[in-house]
Amino acid sequence: MYRYDSYDQSIVDARVEEFRDQVQRRLTGALTEDQFKPLRLMNGLYLQLHAYMLRVAIPYGTLSGKQMRKLGEIAAKYDKGYGHFTTRQNLQYNWIKLADAPDILAELATVEMHAIQTSGNCIRNISSDQYAGVSADEVADPRPWAELLRQWSSFHPEFTYLPRKFKICVIASDDDRAAMKLHDIGLKLVSKDGVIGAEVYAGGGMGRTPMVAPQIRDFVPEEEIISYLEACLRVYNRYGRRDNKYKARIKILVHEIGVEDYKRQVEEEFAHMRTLGLNPPTEELDRIRAFFANPAYDTGLDEEIDLADPAFALWVDRQVAAHKAPGYAIVNISLKPLTGIPGDASAEQIELVATLAEQYSLDELRVTHAQNLVLPHVKKTDLYAIWQKLEEAGLAEANLDLITDIIACPGLDYCALANARSIPLAQKIAQRFAAAERQAELGELKLKISGCINACGHHHAGHIGILGVDRKGVENFQLSLGGSGAEDTSLGQITGPGFSEDGVVDAIEKVTDLYLAQRESGERFLDTYRRLGMKPFKEAIYG
Amino acid sequence: MKILTGNDLVSGDVIWWAGDGWSRQVGDSADVSDHGDDLARTEEAALRVVGAYVIDATVTDEGVRPAHIKDRIRALGPTVRPDLNLKPNDADAGNWVI
Amino acid sequence: MVEFLSFRDGETTQEPAVTVESFTGQTNATAVRIEAGEDARELLPYLDRLSLVEVNFPAYGDGRGYSAARILRESGYQGELRAVGDVLVDQINAMRRCGFDSFHPAKPLDDAAVDRALNRYADVYQKAIDGRQPVWAKRHPETING
Repeated sequence: MYRYDSYDQSIVDARVEEFRDQVQRRLTGALTEDQFKPLRLMNGLYLQLHAYMLRVAIPYGTLSGKQMRKLGEIAAKYDKGYGHFTTRQNLQYNWIKLADAPDILAELATVEMHAIQTSGNCIRNISSDQYAGVSADEVADPRPWAELLRQWSSFHPEFTYLPRKFKICVIASDDDRAAMKLHDIGLKLVSKDGVIGAEVYAGGGMGRTPMVAPQIRDFVPEEEIISYLEACLRVYNRYGRRDNKYKARIKILVHEIGVEDYKRQVEEEFAHMRTLGLNPPTEELDRIRAFFANPAYDTGLDEEIDLADPAFALWVDRQVAAHKAPGYAIVNISLKPLTGIPGDASAEQIELVATLAEQYSLDELRVTHAQNLVLPHVKKTDLYAIWQKLEEAGLAEANLDLITDIIACPGLDYCALANARSIPLAQKIAQRFAAAERQAELGELKLKISGCINACGHHHAGHIGILGVDRKGVENFQLSLGGSGAEDTSLGQITGPGFSEDGVVDAIEKVTDLYLAQRESGERFLDTYRRLGMKPFKEAIYG
Repeated sequence: MKILTGNDLVSGDVIWWAGDGWSRQVGDSADVSDHGDDLARTEEAALRVVGAYVIDATVTDEGVRPAHIKDRIRALGPTVRPDLNLKPNDADAGNWVI
Repeated sequence: MVEFLSFRDGETTQEPAVTVESFTGQTNATAVRIEAGEDARELLPYLDRLSLVEVNFPAYGDGRGYSAARILRESGYQGELRAVGDVLVDQINAMRRCGFDSFHPAKPLDDAAVDRALNRYADVYQKAIDGRQPVWAKRHPETING
């Protein structure tokens, strides 16, 4: 994992003191709320439905045991004993006191963490693949790139007041586990003639106008990625729309001027930018890369897993993925217990996962955009012990990528922007499909719920997506089918008129029944939908 | 009736104007008639509230009921965490918001 | 409180700035004002005769002026570069980094707060216009200095 040097630490420490000063000015009345709001948002502090909410950055979703433990301590000490892992691989605290916020940031700084740029119209936390560095199929580890971009984007002097927020994702596998093409800029690392560089995609995103990012360049060598991104951002900063916040994301600019024109402008700017000495020397990426070198894996490990316990066998089958090192495995920890809240973890659960990471996963864990956790380096011989501990803590649900592994935004239970509640609906769906055999029979089925058009619950990318709307003061839910945030990225189509909370659960049952009746061998729900099209599903729902 | 709500500046707690000060209980809300906006400005300037706004509400058998579901959820707490609600011993408290 | 701030050596320009349109249409003006949304590159043919460019920030959240400033400096503009309009103390540091060397905010700034803002961060992550060495250069002095 990356570790701060004295420069990184001093920058984060300075930010804590700057924010302490800003909060103090607010508490004494030197700043009005209008003046304070943009300042607190730049540090991830929102005023939400019930209280202040603090969003903590988890850079590219990677944490050490110590960092995770600190997140749990803060949940216990300053919040109501829990935190919420988000679709941006971050963590949110729901019940923060304004006066405590600087102290929380100071505590985070002691474990090399911060809340910098987790909100505001700036470059947000860089997201990446939760299997980075451990999956066998990547051309290079994307995390050093993500860290390079984290540093470059922090307090960028030119790009801190963009037309709108800006999300960047870096992956390096053909399997896309991070919804790369649904970011403002997506980078996919590739190898060309033995040189590592990036394919660049621009103008993807969800929200009220979802778009899949088109490719704007097939290769940027690693030593020029910073100047290339400066060019992309400068064109956006200068020409992105500022007259309407709903049309201000880069996807609208790329769409309105056309991808060819955007590419041309970026290339012109890049020709200029690459002469300015903006790129760190290759030694800097090498320096960062050294932090992400393979850990010292033990060798000669037993590959056999004793699957005599059927509940354990089921969990292994669902939650454990292949690791590149012999004798090791990747463990996915579900934060989707059937009666729980998607992405929520108690302080005790956070503490437990921190301990498991330290004891069994070379002191490392990951957060996924699907709001689950990952222990990336687990010996197969330790799996049973880990499972037992997870089981005791209510964290051993075996539902990865199944219908009950639901992504849900906080919705109207917590969020001031929401129009409908996402969590109670997620719980109703999970109850309806609770039977393990039924979930297994349905296979991979990604169900995603957003409580408003901003699409934090990624409903556009759900095989089944649900959008909560406000119909004359009553919660109403629109159903969509056929979305995907994986390498086969696509956007869901709305089935038709919306439903009540119970009505949408019934409708989901109808479409899954149709899938079971119509599927051909090996087809997932998404494949059957793509083959058959919307019509039969619509008929099944609306008769 | 018209009632005034917002968040406590320091703690962030949801608060309701009770006529002579702020309360955590929506049931204590006072009718602010057409004084709500003036009150909001005064109280914000006095650093007692942030994001204050006036809403419609009715008085029912169960007490003051904000007109919109969003404010009823603010009044009660998250419906999915009964333990953190204003009525932690009432399993059906969440139904009140609908 | 301070109404005007300059980081230039010597005099600042007193001449009133004209619009980009009237500037490019005449030959004797030496001060121009760029509005957000106007293309700073239109001024590049005239950099030699310019002594002042004012960049207007209609709202603190409108960040186009940062790009305008950098473009002018990257093209070799040496004259006064002044940020005007909704310029807040918490933005002065980034503006300095983008090449602004004077400020005329719509609302006066607190001197002490300006000092704190400018001296808050001992290190920066990016190369910009202000000549500060980014941390990546400090980390690899041999490579950077040859």
